[in-house]
Amino acid sequence: MRVAVVGVQGDVEEHVVAAKLAMEKLGMEGEVVATRKPGVVEKSDAVIIPGGESTTISKLIFREVNGKTIAEEILTLAEEGKPIMGTCAGLILLSKHGDEQVEKTKTKLLGLLDVKIRRNAFGRQRESFQVPLEFKGVGVVEAIFIRAPAIVEVGGGVEILAKFEDYVVAARQDNVLGLAFHPELNVEFGDTRVHEYFLNMVEC
Amino acid sequence: MVELEKLRFGTELIKRGFAKMQKGGVIMDVTNAEQAGIAEDAGAVAVMALHKVPADIRAAGGVARMADPKKIQEIMDAVTIPVMAKVRIGHVAEARALEALGVDMIDESEVLTPADVFFHIDKRKFVVPFVCGARSLGEAVRRIWEGAAMIRTKGEAGTGNVVEAVRHMRLINRAIDELKGMQKEAIYSVAEKFAEAYCKLANSVKEEMGLNAVTPDTIVYEEYTFVDVVDGLYKVLLEIRDLGRLPVVNFSAGGIATPADAAFMMQLGADGVFVGSGIFKSSNPPEYAKAIVEAVRHYDEPEVVAEVSKGLGDAMKGLDVFKLGEEERLQERGV
Repeated sequence: MRVAVVGVQGDVEEHVVAAKLAMEKLGMEGEVVATRKPGVVEKSDAVIIPGGESTTISKLIFREVNGKTIAEEILTLAEEGKPIMGTCAGLILLSKHGDEQVEKTKTKLLGLLDVKIRRNAFGRQRESFQVPLEFKGVGVVEAIFIRAPAIVEVGGGVEILAKFEDYVVAARQDNVLGLAFHPELNVEFGDTRVHEYFLNMVEC
Repeated sequence: MVELEKLRFGTELIKRGFAKMQKGGVIMDVTNAEQAGIAEDAGAVAVMALHKVPADIRAAGGVARMADPKKIQEIMDAVTIPVMAKVRIGHVAEARALEALGVDMIDESEVLTPADVFFHIDKRKFVVPFVCGARSLGEAVRRIWEGAAMIRTKGEAGTGNVVEAVRHMRLINRAIDELKGMQKEAIYSVAEKFAEAYCKLANSVKEEMGLNAVTPDTIVYEEYTFVDVVDGLYKVLLEIRDLGRLPVVNFSAGGIATPADAAFMMQLGADGVFVGSGIFKSSNPPEYAKAIVEAVRHYDEPEVVAEVSKGLGDAMKGLDVFKLGEEERLQERGV
């Protein structure tokens, strides 16, 4: 099995480490590769879009290199039913509908998850927080929110996996998983349960 | 149900995590809302709000201070990406003001005139994360122990000359390599050596008064005794040895003027770059900004760096660092 982490910008290395450790714990064989160019995602069984700046990551995945974009490859993979996970900025890019900040910055979205997101829903960095949350199918997870977005509307066929206050902060639509927080940072204290949940989606 | 008593702000994980989200990105110095918009459009991951870019601070002389909060607010209102701003080294009140204003990260910076010749801010006491300059492993370790969530090599700001940025990255990388082969006892001695910088105030007072110098249980910095400081630095050093890198994100700064400069710093192991005067002192800022973002993304693809460097117009003029007097070198500030 090969998991690709879209490595153009953000906390790529943390996702690579978390996915590798999760794979080990599940006894799965395979590799986790970070990629900055088209050509790798299309040959993978699962893709992770990390946290970072959504405006920057969007520009970089939609940029054409030799007539191809990473964005197209992600869309093709999703169509084949392979699991795609986006965290924080990654969630924004996966979603179908943005907010006025997304429009103002002309950020292109992949539109794979039928939700409407709000960027920086909880405020600026000062308001960033961590809190234990019940994550359906995983248990209580220490969720780290950093200038995080939130899901404000959910379309049909989208399963809500975690909520904080009035916001949906984790949701799944078939093979597409979007989280407003950063499970990859939990690798700091050895917790990779969310990545294990994601890897278990591969067979689905 | 959410257990609200377990809701926490400003933890080390959140502060270091914020810095990690900047990795692989370019952070650009801007002085107004229009420049901030150009930076965001070009794909900057964050902007640094300043009153003047370093080259102009250098030219103007006088005391350089925190920027006007009104200016910073205008920039915060203009863009959706994070906004950082600088405070003078050790200036706790400027830092508290910027935290109150809501900037996303504070740069305790040698580019401004230092406010405290003895100490840097105890950054653990803040909710907002800090970035600090360093030109050696000792400086980096001290800043990390004080709570910096991000390090940037100092370079020599406002010169458009990459030579000092390269020097500082090499010095830190080489020191980390030295550390890798070292046993715990030897590393503890390094921590003791690095801790001496905290004794300047206590020792100068004791010397004037004819007293004995600092002992292990003398309080030397905030509430910490000398031995507390050594133990703290020792823990940071062990973490660096085990990880083979700094435990926080390490950007490069201070003299990056061209896309190739930026790519070079990434090749030397930087997690990202700060570009100060390089963009808005060039002849074509929007194109320059985009080219530097591309060069950072494709730092290991020479053909891309060549392509984005074509016909960019003039880079900032730049200064010969070796002709600067010691008092003109900003990097000497804050060790």
